[in-house]
Amino acid sequence: MIYSDKVMDHFNNPRNVGVIEGADGVGEVGNISCGDIMKISIKVDDNDVIEDAKFQTLGCGAAIATSSIVTELIKGKKLEDAVKLSKQDVADELGGLPSAKMHCSVLATDGLKVAVDDYLAKQGREPISGEIKSADPNFDPHEEDDHHDKDDY
Amino acid sequence: MTYLDYAATTPVDKRVLESMLPYFSEHFGNANSLYQVGRDAYHALEAARETIASGIGAARPSEIIFTSGGTEADNAAFVSVLKRIAPDGGHLITSAYEHPGILNLVISLGKQGYDITLVQPREDGLIHADDLAKAMREDTKIVSIMHGNNEIGTVNDVKTLAEIAHSRGALFHTDAVQSLGKVPFNVQDLGVDMASFSAHKIYGPKGVGALYLRRGISFDSFLKGGGQEGRRRSGTQNVAGAIGFAKALELCLEEMDAEALRLSVLRNHIVNRVTSALENTQATVSGDMLLPGIASLLINGVEGESMLLQLDNQGYAISTGSACSSGSLDPSHVLLAVGVKKEIAHGSLRVSLGRFTTEEDVDGFVDALIPIVEKLRAMSPVYQRYFGKESS
Repeated sequence: MIYSDKVMDHFNNPRNVGVIEGADGVGEVGNISCGDIMKISIKVDDNDVIEDAKFQTLGCGAAIATSSIVTELIKGKKLEDAVKLSKQDVADELGGLPSAKMHCSVLATDGLKVAVDDYLAKQGREPISGEIKSADPNFDPHEEDDHHDKDDY
Repeated sequence: MTYLDYAATTPVDKRVLESMLPYFSEHFGNANSLYQVGRDAYHALEAARETIASGIGAARPSEIIFTSGGTEADNAAFVSVLKRIAPDGGHLITSAYEHPGILNLVISLGKQGYDITLVQPREDGLIHADDLAKAMREDTKIVSIMHGNNEIGTVNDVKTLAEIAHSRGALFHTDAVQSLGKVPFNVQDLGVDMASFSAHKIYGPKGVGALYLRRGISFDSFLKGGGQEGRRRSGTQNVAGAIGFAKALELCLEEMDAEALRLSVLRNHIVNRVTSALENTQATVSGDMLLPGIASLLINGVEGESMLLQLDNQGYAISTGSACSSGSLDPSHVLLAVGVKKEIAHGSLRVSLGRFTTEEDVDGFVDALIPIVEKLRAMSPVYQRYFGKESS
């Protein structure tokens, strides 16, 4: 399990760490017993374009690096395009992620969806993100685990 | 690089390396060949066996079987003995916080039809005699409880646990991979029937270990072949490895008392400095029954892998029990077994010290750790919510 140089760059020099004061939308996903929690705040302009994004993350190298790059990728994007960003897109941007990291550590795409829907709800508009499993505090990534067979020793 | 992961592996001591070198190209013979170069290898191998036998208090050198390491010794102790004493099933006991070499082996035997019981350690990190006694059954065949735990460093009272196993007619095995050469370990004093060892934890080479098998225990090797090691472990012996193992053990035993004292002072220094400099931190276990070189720390509100990677950036090699570093989703089974909550176990660090660790190394480590923890806690969205006293 080795991280790419780009993952290590975003882990060592995370971009856009923090909280936007007076944010238009905020999303928090993850579960402390799983060890990863991610919070993202966004600023949105009148044309539904994301002007600014900041994050805070508790988690492993992959959780921090994916949070960092998502904040970079979504700035300047329309909300409807930003929520289409998939975990695989994020992994590809980072030059790949170890398979064990894909579904428990890539929280930022879900965090963004929650933040976008939060913004839309505040405006009295309909959500556009669909179901977001990891926004449920009882979400357990073990239940959809398909990577770790206990017999694989 | 400052290496603080001696419980994972150790560098080969130069004195050990020197002892091994002649046995690669000069005295290269097969220890089973009758001519001179073979006899030279044979005599060196048997001398190594005697050194190890006497180092662990075995009654006879023939009770030492050289293996490829601790895991093979563990597998031999169960599989090769069960083939003789209980081929059709029976009850096996081990603990819930064993090294995977035992734990996954026993779980696998459970799937093959053996009944298994995993005794839970208490919060003090030890297996209690009462708990083992309750787990014992009339048909218990083998009990395996580790001597020193590799993650938290606790040392079990193996002598009492072995007596309980014997009182109910079971054999007793112990994984002594972490404790050998670090604290006193004598198979006859402790009354164990079988014990596993590994050279690379004691400044010897990787790829060699041993099983202590008390004379008289039925054993049908799971490795079939040329019948080396008294028909108990086929395969041409790793002569240089065995010699390195013996030299490594000899050095550890010579230096053990002074080294144990030195390392426990350094270990306590780390625990004291970290817990006083950083709020919401603690040692996983405390007490007297500890390996001298292992500091297990719980750093609340920080994920272990991110600490590991940042420490690595500054040249410090340590390990963590967080899920992320193990490639699994759950944090360390050892920490969970001793009652550490998952959210706390994700922030565990194991700092393990050894022969080449200096006071400057451990102070440098703590100096590096403190700002890393502060930075990662500041980056966390929930640190103040779960652990903070007030907003910072």
